[in-house]
Amino acid sequence: MTDRKKDPRDQQPVSRRGFLTTVSTSAAAAAVVGVAAPAAAAPAPRDDTGTVAIVLRVNGRRHRLLVEPRDRLISVLRERLGLTGAKPGCERGECGACTVLLDGVTRYSCMTLAVEAQEREITTIEGLAQGEEVSALQQAFIAEDGYQCGFCTPGQVMAAEGLLRTNTSPTVDAVRAAMSGNLCRCGAYGHIVKSVQQAAAARKTGGAK
Amino acid sequence: MRESRIYTPEAIEDESLPGLPGANDDPLKPWDKTTVVGARVPRIDGQDRVGGTAVYTRDISLPGMLHGVIVRSPHAHAMVKRIDVTAARAMPGVHAIVTTESPEAKIPWTLTARGAMSQLFDPHCRYEGEEVAAVAAETLPQAADAARAIVVEYETLPAIVDYAAAAKPDAPKVHAAGNLPSPPRTTQRGNVDAAFATAAAVVERTYHTSCELHTPLETHGSVAQWDSGDLKVWDSTQGVYAVRAGLAQALKLPISSVRVASPYMGGGFGSKLELGKYTVIAAVLARLTGRAVKCVLTREESLRCVGNRPANTITVKVAAGKDGRLLAIDADLVGASGAYPTGAVSGYLMLDLYTCPNVRVRESSVLINAGQARAFRAPGYPQAAWALEQAIDELAAKLGIDPVELRLKNVPTVSQSRNGLPYSSTGLADCLRKGAESFDWSASRTRAASKSHIKRGVGVAAGMWGYGGEPRATVIAKLYPDGSLNINSGAADIGTGTKTVFAQVAAEELGIAVDRVHIEHADTGTTQYAPGSGGSQTVLVNTPAVRSAVAAVKQSVLALAAAELKKDVNTLSVRDGAIVIAGETRTVPFAALRSLAQAQQVVGVGQRAPHPTDKVALPFAAHFAEVEVNTRTGEVRVVRYVAAQDSGRVMNPLTFENQVLGGVTMGIGFALTEQRIMDGPTGKLASGSWHDYKIPTAMDFPFAFTWVSVDPQDKDCNSTGAKGLGEPATIPAAAAIANAVHDAIGRRMTDAPITPAAVVSALATTGRR
Repeated sequence: MTDRKKDPRDQQPVSRRGFLTTVSTSAAAAAVVGVAAPAAAAPAPRDDTGTVAIVLRVNGRRHRLLVEPRDRLISVLRERLGLTGAKPGCERGECGACTVLLDGVTRYSCMTLAVEAQEREITTIEGLAQGEEVSALQQAFIAEDGYQCGFCTPGQVMAAEGLLRTNTSPTVDAVRAAMSGNLCRCGAYGHIVKSVQQAAAARKTGGAK
Repeated sequence: MRESRIYTPEAIEDESLPGLPGANDDPLKPWDKTTVVGARVPRIDGQDRVGGTAVYTRDISLPGMLHGVIVRSPHAHAMVKRIDVTAARAMPGVHAIVTTESPEAKIPWTLTARGAMSQLFDPHCRYEGEEVAAVAAETLPQAADAARAIVVEYETLPAIVDYAAAAKPDAPKVHAAGNLPSPPRTTQRGNVDAAFATAAAVVERTYHTSCELHTPLETHGSVAQWDSGDLKVWDSTQGVYAVRAGLAQALKLPISSVRVASPYMGGGFGSKLELGKYTVIAAVLARLTGRAVKCVLTREESLRCVGNRPANTITVKVAAGKDGRLLAIDADLVGASGAYPTGAVSGYLMLDLYTCPNVRVRESSVLINAGQARAFRAPGYPQAAWALEQAIDELAAKLGIDPVELRLKNVPTVSQSRNGLPYSSTGLADCLRKGAESFDWSASRTRAASKSHIKRGVGVAAGMWGYGGEPRATVIAKLYPDGSLNINSGAADIGTGTKTVFAQVAAEELGIAVDRVHIEHADTGTTQYAPGSGGSQTVLVNTPAVRSAVAAVKQSVLALAAAELKKDVNTLSVRDGAIVIAGETRTVPFAALRSLAQAQQVVGVGQRAPHPTDKVALPFAAHFAEVEVNTRTGEVRVVRYVAAQDSGRVMNPLTFENQVLGGVTMGIGFALTEQRIMDGPTGKLASGSWHDYKIPTAMDFPFAFTWVSVDPQDKDCNSTGAKGLGEPATIPAAAAIANAVHDAIGRRMTDAPITPAAVVSALATTGRR
């Protein structure tokens, strides 16, 4: 528990809350501080129904979509593309259950507008497995029982994936800080952190995905 | 809609159910040794949970499905005067609107012995968030837009959210009959007043605990679909049968016409044991529109409307003799039920955790203008432990006895609340001893005081859970020609690993691999009755029924094999998915049995046998915490923890440990951060988000964590030897932390949570820095 004093931004190059600019970090709630998001992609053409034509690149596939400017990435992923792995736990940047990767960086998809995600490589939990074969990280969550009800789990796994892409041998404290933006009400944190550590070790030795 | 009985005192009656037909014939003796049960088996559904492919109610989408959004009272107490839906009805995508003026509004709600206290849409709104209307539209944004366009005129009424004030005669009334729906209940034994007069040491103090919110990651919600007059509902619930019964009653349907399923559900912690209004609203909107309707609550709605752990005020006075034996406990417990009655306190720990001849417990529940309390992981117990276990700590100091020793002197062997019946096993003493050993308690206590502003302290607390489960469950097992097995049970797996433990029990009994077992569960249309997954009863109620069903299958397949192989059935047994013939080296795999292929399936039915009538089977725990208190900032951190649990047999160490982790984490929230804050004058929720209502994160959990299993090898509790775990893993946690804080700073922190401000303020009074 020593690194509560550390600035969690050290582990998080980009805010997961996207356009939120300030958020309290006191006490126990999610500890990822918001900073200004990079500017959104070039303006998309609007049609007269109020929708906007965009292209989303999700798990290596391109999807041409008409979306409302207010549509958030999470609802487009879930309701338009049928990718229900990202979970809406709060829909306002508090719990992390909707975490995805944008250009390899963890991001709350509930705090990201779909139009904002254009021209970015979006990776969801569905993009981690090869068919029915889960990744080494996912396998570690199974082996260490890194979940209980499982509703926060896709977000936890994506937060861990984001961490391990930037830090291949994180300390326990670095794992805890990186995972602190993902709430687990069942309280499986002990197992979640073990899962991430085990996965980090497995990636190093096995060169597994 | 009717309060779940699991946690009411009357629920104890459910434990003495006679058992289902045939259940009494269960001859199974506990296993002597096991290979699959007790092993670290990863979850059989792990791949779905980590892959994002597990389908929760929230993820369900049906052809033509509409979305329902509920309009709620913004006032803590108000009367609806007029509702205008004209604008909303004309909005794009809107299919149906129901309000307090619709015929469906009259569906009775909050049923009590004296009749319904409310209705589905009640013009008399008794808390901020009470339902007044609902919309079904093509998309969720359209439904939300239309809900906002409904104009509701209210006459506001005086509201009260402070439960001490609400108990006074001149307080605003939540219901016309007043805020004390039933007189306080007093339970006593011995002569408490006389005992206090002779005691060597007496302590007395008043403790307060804050209202906690469940906040499961998946909010409450349902999808409803009608088909030829039958209703199918997907609900994020812990108890599909309770929801089915409630729906049938609310909608006046035959039970056989209602099907409720909850394949995956994202946490409940007690808040999902009963029917919610959102489910009935989805069903009503679906009937009106002829379309499937999904109605899922927002996070804000879930914080206001679907339960809480009520705030308690507990005054407890405890007396002991010089030898440390408890002489008397006198406890007064008051809690806030919310806007509708429900038991808001539990004095069971005062009555039964320790041997004590003279006890008096007074329990009362007060109505306030806030959402109704619901069961929350060991309802009432963490609050009672917070008070009682701090009092025992204080008493130990007064007597000059080590707190572990004092507890050991008072460990009960009989259930004093249940006619003095002996326990089938009680590992409480072992929990205290082995926990203390693992924690290095004595050395930790005497560690030199720190000179820095960071003070360290250690604390202990004990606990037990007083509900033994509803012994009423049926399981069907089916063996297929290839030797794979289907287990059919209505129990929900709420994240505890229920399905995996069922598969282990089945694999153990039939001698097959866990991956040959498929669990079909939690669907009233296709599975067998099981009580709600709550109250720490799921494993102990259902696994004996699983075992019994598989034992019946085994008997049948052995009979088939005996006829086919022309052997005496008594010479046959099962191992590794095959028939073993005594005295022969060859084995015959199930898949090689021609008679099994001809039969296509062998079916076994298992019933949960009643509890033993001459013994009481309950789980116990003792927890040890070490904290660091920053005396400058008031911040408290839990840095080391040992949880010792007597939950009978450890069915799966992996999932067992996870339950203990979860219980302790919840206890940390109770002790240090979680607090529902209401604005007094308006009665509105001020902590309506996870930023303002703080639950523990990965930063708050102590990674110097150890759990100790105290398995008393209980042969009498049931045929699998398991007792409950979910609740006893959280009951003593917060109290152990509070005692550790006292050890660190010499202040008795009576109010939960122990906020930095409270610590600084306590130190400021007569500080030791």
